[in-house]
Amino acid sequence: MSSSAQLLQEREKRFNDAVALNKPDRVPIASVWDFFPARFKGHTVKEVMYDPQLMFNDWVECLQHFQPDMGENPYGLRGFARVLDALDYMHLKWAGHGMDDHQGYQFVELEPMKANEYDHFIFDPSDFMIRRFWPRVNKALAAFENLPPINQIIPYYWGLYSGAFLLSPEMEAARGALMEAAKASAEVLKWAGALGAKLKDLGFPASSGGFAQVPFDTLGDLFRGTKGVMMDLFRRPDKVMAACEKLLPIMIDSAVASAKRTGVMRVFIPLHKGLDGFMSDQQFHRFYWPHMKELLNALIREGITPWVLAEGSCNTRLEAFRDVPPGKVIYHFEATDMFKAKEMMRDRCCIRGNVPATLLSVGSPEDVKAYCKKLIDVCGEGGGYIMDASTTLADAKIENVQAMYDFTREYGVYK
Amino acid sequence: MEDLVKAVAEMMEDEALDLTRKLLEQGESPAKILDAYKEALVIIGKRFEEGVYFVPELIMAGEMMKTASELMKPYMAKGSSAAVQAGKKGKFLLGTVAGDIHDIGKDMVGMLLDINGFEVKDLGVDVPVQKFLDEYSAFQPDIVGMSGLLTLAYDSMKRVVDGLKTMGVRDKVKVIIGGGQVDEHACKFVGADAWATDAVSGVKYSLQWMGC
Repeated sequence: MSSSAQLLQEREKRFNDAVALNKPDRVPIASVWDFFPARFKGHTVKEVMYDPQLMFNDWVECLQHFQPDMGENPYGLRGFARVLDALDYMHLKWAGHGMDDHQGYQFVELEPMKANEYDHFIFDPSDFMIRRFWPRVNKALAAFENLPPINQIIPYYWGLYSGAFLLSPEMEAARGALMEAAKASAEVLKWAGALGAKLKDLGFPASSGGFAQVPFDTLGDLFRGTKGVMMDLFRRPDKVMAACEKLLPIMIDSAVASAKRTGVMRVFIPLHKGLDGFMSDQQFHRFYWPHMKELLNALIREGITPWVLAEGSCNTRLEAFRDVPPGKVIYHFEATDMFKAKEMMRDRCCIRGNVPATLLSVGSPEDVKAYCKKLIDVCGEGGGYIMDASTTLADAKIENVQAMYDFTREYGVYK
Repeated sequence: MEDLVKAVAEMMEDEALDLTRKLLEQGESPAKILDAYKEALVIIGKRFEEGVYFVPELIMAGEMMKTASELMKPYMAKGSSAAVQAGKKGKFLLGTVAGDIHDIGKDMVGMLLDINGFEVKDLGVDVPVQKFLDEYSAFQPDIVGMSGLLTLAYDSMKRVVDGLKTMGVRDKVKVIIGGGQVDEHACKFVGADAWATDAVSGVKYSLQWMGC
C-alpha cells in the first residue's frame, strides 16, 4: 500500500472513530478554511475567486502544510465568482463585486418571496423557483418573471404563445446569461474534480459531499428574509409550516443525490435561525426541530453522516439535539458551552469545534494552546471529539492556526 | 390604554393596530398612545431578559412600533418633536462598521434605544472609520455603538477607537460593541468599554452609563 493510501485510510478511521464515539489514536483535527489558504499564500480573495488554477495551488499547499485529517474542496462555495457575475447574483456581495479584494463574501438579506406568495410556492415550488425566485435573485434573469406558467398543460406542446415567448428580445439576454453561467459552472466543476482527485492522492479524505439546510433556515435565509420569516411566525404560522413541509423532501433528495454523486457520505448542514435567542423553545419545537430531526434521520438512513454546524450558541437546544441515533451525527459548535455539550452528548454524538474565532484572530499562540488543552482534556476524554475552530478560519492569524494544529497533534494523542 | 399595552406586549398585532386607530379617531393624544407602546416595550424587554421572548418578538415589536408611528403622524402637533428631543436621555452614535453589511441586530438596538429615550443617529452599514470620527465631532454623542457580525469587523472597530484616542476624546465617550460573535477577547482587542451579543443587554449598559 502506498503511503498516501495508508494516510487516507488512517485519517478516515481516526475521523470515523470519533464520530462513532470510539477512541481514535488521537483527537482528529480539521477546519473550515474559508479564504484562509489564499491569505496563507499571499493572495487576495478576489484573485482566487476568479482564478481556479490559483485556488487549486493555494489549497493544495495550505493543506499540505497543515496536514488536517480532512481535506476541503472550496470550489462549490468559494470558487464561483464567474458564475455569479454571469447571473448578476444579488444574494451575495463578493470581492470584486461590492466587497474589498481581501474580504470574503457576505450575504445580502432579500425577500424574493413576498408574504402573499406562500400559496404559489406551496402549490408548485418549481414554477415559483423559475418564474419568481430566479429572476429576483439573479438580475440577469429578470425576464423570467414574465415567462408563462411552467405548469401550463396544453396538449402536444407547451402552447404556441409560451413557446414563442422564449424567442422574445427580453428572453434573449437572459438565455445568454444562463449559457454563460452554465459554461462558468462547467469550468469550476472541472477544477473541483481535479482538486478532489489531487487531495485523495495526497491522503486527505473529503470533508463533505453535499449540503443541506433545515427547511425553516432555507425559508428564512433565501425566500422570506430574516425579518420576513420572523414576522410570519405570528402572522401566518400555518403557511410557514406548509412551506417547510414542502421544502423538507427537496432538501433530503438533493443532499442524498449530491453525496452519492461525489461518493463522499458526509453532508454539511449549517444552522442559522433555530439557535438560542432566535426563537422560543415552543417555536423551536414547532417550526424547526421536527424538520431538522427528519432531515438528520433521512440522511442517516442513507448511510450519510450529517455534519451540523451550530452557529451562535445552542445551549437550550442540546436536549433536543440528543434525540438522534447514537454515533451518527457530528455537532460542530460555535459558542455553545462546550463542556456542557460534552456532558450531554457523551453517549450520543461526536462534538466538534469551539476554538473561538475571536481568539484565533486577536489572541496569541499561547492563548490558543491553553484553550485547546482544555478542549482536549474535557471534550476529548474517551473520544467523540474533533478539534476545530468555532466557525471558519476567515480572519484567523496564521501562527494561531499553526499552534492549534501543532498542539493537537502533540497533546491530543490517546494513551 | 391597558388593552393596548396588553395587545402589543402579547404580540397581538391586529388588535394593537385596531386599538391605535380607534384611540386616535376618538381624539386620544398621540403622546399618550406612544406611552402605552413604551410601557409594552418595557414588558417585552423584560420578557426577553427572562428568556420568554426572543428575536422574533423584538422584530415584531419594532414592526408594530413602525406602523403605529405612521398612524400617529397625521395627528402629531407641529413643534412637538423639538419638545421630545429636549427630554432625551443621551446621544447615541450607531452603525455597522466598515466591511460588514449586517443590520438586523443594529436596527433592533436602534429601535430599543429610541423607545428608551435616546437620541440615536444611525449611520447605516459598512460605515467607514473616518465617517464614524467625523460624525462623532458633528453629533457629540455620549455613547458610540459599533455593530458587526464578522470577525473582520474587529479591525474596523479598533481603528475607530484608535481614532477617538488620537482626537483626544476617548475618555469623554463610552464605546460599546455588539454582534453575534463578540466576546471579551474582541472587546479587549478593540478597546471598547463593553460588549453585547443581544440588543437588550446593549441598551441596559447604555442606560446604566447615563445614570438611568
